[in-house]
Amino acid sequence: MSPAAFYPTATDYLRFLPELILTIGGVLLLVLEALTGDHKDKSKLGYLAAAIVVGAMFAVPVALANPGASFNGMIVSDGFAAFFRMVTLLVGLFTLLCSTSYLSREKANTGEFYLLVLFSLAGQGIMAASNELIMVFLGLEIASISSYVLAGFLRDDKRGSESALKYFLLGSFATAFLLYGISWIYGVTGVTNLTAIRAALAAGTSAPSMVVAAAALMLIGLAFKVSAAPFQVWAPDVYQGAPAPVSGFLSAGPKAAAFAVFLRIFQTSFDSLSSRYEPVLWILALGTMFIGNFSALWQSNVKRMLAYSSIAHAGYVLVAVTTNSNVGTAAAMFYLAAYALMNYGAFAAITHLAGRHETHVTIDDLRGLAARQPVLAALLTVCLLSLTGVPLTAGFFGKFYIFKAAIDNHLYWLSALGLLNSAVAAYYYLRLLAAMYMYEPKTTDHPEPVPGGIQLTLWVSAAGILTLGVFPGLVLDYANRFATFVK
Amino acid sequence: MNLLAILLLLPLVGFAAALLLPGAVTRRFVLGFSLLIFAVSLLLIGTTQQTPAGMTWVTDTAWIDTPAIRFHIGVDGASLWLVILSTFLIPLAAFISGRTILHRQKEFYAYLLLLEFGLIGVFCSLDLFLYYVFWEVVLVPMYFLIGIWGGERRIYAATKFFVYTMAGSMLMLVAILYIYTKAGTFDLPAILLHMEAGKVAFTQPEELALFLAFFLAFAVKVPIFPLHTWLPDAYAEAPTAATLLMAAVLSKMGTYSLLRFNLNLFPRASHDCAPWIVTLAIVGIVYGALVALVQPNMKRLVAYSSISHLGFVVLGLFSGNQFGLDGAVYQMLCHAISTGALFVLIGYLQDRKQSLAIADFGGLATPAPHFATVFLIATLASIGLPLLNNFVGEFLILQGAAQANIWWAAFAALGVVLSACYMLWFYQRTFLGESRGEMADLRPSEWLAVTPLLLLMLWMGIFTQTWLPGISASNKVLLERPTSKIALQVAK
Repeated sequence: MSPAAFYPTATDYLRFLPELILTIGGVLLLVLEALTGDHKDKSKLGYLAAAIVVGAMFAVPVALANPGASFNGMIVSDGFAAFFRMVTLLVGLFTLLCSTSYLSREKANTGEFYLLVLFSLAGQGIMAASNELIMVFLGLEIASISSYVLAGFLRDDKRGSESALKYFLLGSFATAFLLYGISWIYGVTGVTNLTAIRAALAAGTSAPSMVVAAAALMLIGLAFKVSAAPFQVWAPDVYQGAPAPVSGFLSAGPKAAAFAVFLRIFQTSFDSLSSRYEPVLWILALGTMFIGNFSALWQSNVKRMLAYSSIAHAGYVLVAVTTNSNVGTAAAMFYLAAYALMNYGAFAAITHLAGRHETHVTIDDLRGLAARQPVLAALLTVCLLSLTGVPLTAGFFGKFYIFKAAIDNHLYWLSALGLLNSAVAAYYYLRLLAAMYMYEPKTTDHPEPVPGGIQLTLWVSAAGILTLGVFPGLVLDYANRFATFVK
Repeated sequence: MNLLAILLLLPLVGFAAALLLPGAVTRRFVLGFSLLIFAVSLLLIGTTQQTPAGMTWVTDTAWIDTPAIRFHIGVDGASLWLVILSTFLIPLAAFISGRTILHRQKEFYAYLLLLEFGLIGVFCSLDLFLYYVFWEVVLVPMYFLIGIWGGERRIYAATKFFVYTMAGSMLMLVAILYIYTKAGTFDLPAILLHMEAGKVAFTQPEELALFLAFFLAFAVKVPIFPLHTWLPDAYAEAPTAATLLMAAVLSKMGTYSLLRFNLNLFPRASHDCAPWIVTLAIVGIVYGALVALVQPNMKRLVAYSSISHLGFVVLGLFSGNQFGLDGAVYQMLCHAISTGALFVLIGYLQDRKQSLAIADFGGLATPAPHFATVFLIATLASIGLPLLNNFVGEFLILQGAAQANIWWAAFAALGVVLSACYMLWFYQRTFLGESRGEMADLRPSEWLAVTPLLLLMLWMGIFTQTWLPGISASNKVLLERPTSKIALQVAK
């Protein structure tokens, strides 16, 4: 390869623009944070970070307008990448909007938080767009390491520190699995580019058992990242212990990016193995739905319940992954977008309601919310009904498309059992609704006003949920168009 | 724009308006608005009655492109009356709640309109997916109606109601999706045409599985024994207006859907399963009646009597002949009116004494003679006295059942006898005997609420020609469809 071809071109940078903006913005914030005095209000840095994220959102269509592989095929800018970039950026924006008031309340309003969010988003963007295993690994690490710190951001909080440590130890362990799988694949095929791996496997020169082992190792690593059973045990502790806006972030953003990687690797490189891993994914999906939903039934802590519910939702997406089809991929994309809205909406409400030091996070603390703050309760209700999967919400169409894809691919039992699961799930979401609407308030204190950022997040997510609930085509048509990969 | 489409969207507009209006006027607004909707719904009758066999007031436009989901609605001679039943009972439910619903009025009345939106949608949807959407939409307002304004165990009852119904309907969703993969459309008339043309055919096990998936969802809703356990809790704990609507309209969602979907789409499986389902229906008839006999709580008593009466409807449907089907649809309407009246009256009794235990009442006929007379008429209607409405429905059903299998009619008739026992005994314990002090007689507003119901009982008992020709014509279409003609004739 001549040196001239090796150097990135201007188009390469355009295809990478969202991540560039995030990284440069993050570094800028780092400098600004050092320049502002220790006792100054750092909320402004949060707003600046939000502006950077919005800038990156505008860069996504720019990247999409220049489709193709860049940096020697390490990054690919396609509609699929653009979709997941947008979803993760939206989650990031929500996180920043909800964090400024949260951090002020917890007296931990330092600028590092915001730049960690930006770096994590950059990592997730790389994951969404990577077409190469080393890039996958880099993106995953950038996203994860920032997330570990975010989970333990409240240093004086024991639960937060425990959460961060658990997340870090188990997360590293999972990454090691992934990396090990990558090294096997490299050993067997001699390449790390996803399409090149596909070609190498199609050539049939590599030992099948080695390839299967490599795929299995990578599957374990990714299953951990998306909190699929039996690799889900970290999720409840981490989401419960982490600061509420971070829990929302972790449950929606990195998970979506991990699913993007999952779909891309398994449908591009390991497509020829699909008949082997389909039964494994089948069991994984079913187990994840069951464990998530049934464990959530008994929780009294709302954050922990939402953690289990997020495991269950990962199970639904896995059903879509199991189909190994374009329809399934589109359904997974739609679902993850819907999930980002509804789950972050729920976490945004909890962020506010938890109160100082997050002392009010049990279901009983929600009692009488409808009487005290009817608008907040109504917005949270929209999110919860969507999580339940009631028609005319985005969550319903998400489930509908996933199970439609599953039935199109003859996964009848998985569909039937999965949908019955969502009836089980109705029970624990209803507990929250019942607490809000059907009990008298516990206190008569005047409720604290909802901070602007959290209000905005809630309104945006509720409006998005209802819009997608009536016109799902707005997102689904896009997903259908870009659910194919360069093979 | 099509009148039926307007009728369907009006409650949603009203719901939004009710949420925005100040709480002080919500009740009056919802009452007025729902009466307006009722008036609009009456305008449908003329056209539909002219050609009751086919679909009238059809709107058919694309809603979602992939997969092709259409906003396809219309009514025929049978579903028309169920739509009107919904629009008639919503204002009634709003009207009778004036005394009972004292806190959070705004939400209560708003939910009634949201419920109406779902109910009208269920009865006029002709697209399987659209239908499913409305089916689930009904759950949400009803969940809140029971859970917020219900009795002591309201949250338990509301949750049980929601989870049971949702679990039942999930398998239906799987079945709907499966039909889509086979037929390539969710559109019910299109699927039926494909089936007639032989373009879509289900193998026997396929058809049976699909039939059962739909059946389960509807059996929970009706409910059919042994899936009835949510009903006594929900009926007894709900506020009067919600009980009225559940007994009168929500249960009809199940029976109507059995008719519209199970019998239409899966004639062979309907035929094969008929003996089993009829057995369950008869068990329900007798079981409901026997449990009603020993209930100490009036609301629960009428709730169990509902299980018994709805067993008749299911029996009629699966008799698979003209008499049975006509009777079943007629009985859906009759049961709505007579049981609705009973629940309204029991609600009035509860207001007066703050109790539902039969033992707390007695000799009410002395202080409240008008109340006693009205209650007696409702009781007799429920028993099935000739000249009152239930008689016609039950007679037709038994006739149809006898045509199919004389034993079915014989066992089911046991239910008629038992209903006389439990209802008259209940009446005797409550209204007859020695007076136990004062109780207010029917107030003018209460008269206003029950009079239309009483008139309907008489009208439906005497002038059956108002309703039956349309119902018969639409049932005839089902019975004479080439795919179902032979299959639904149940062998002896």
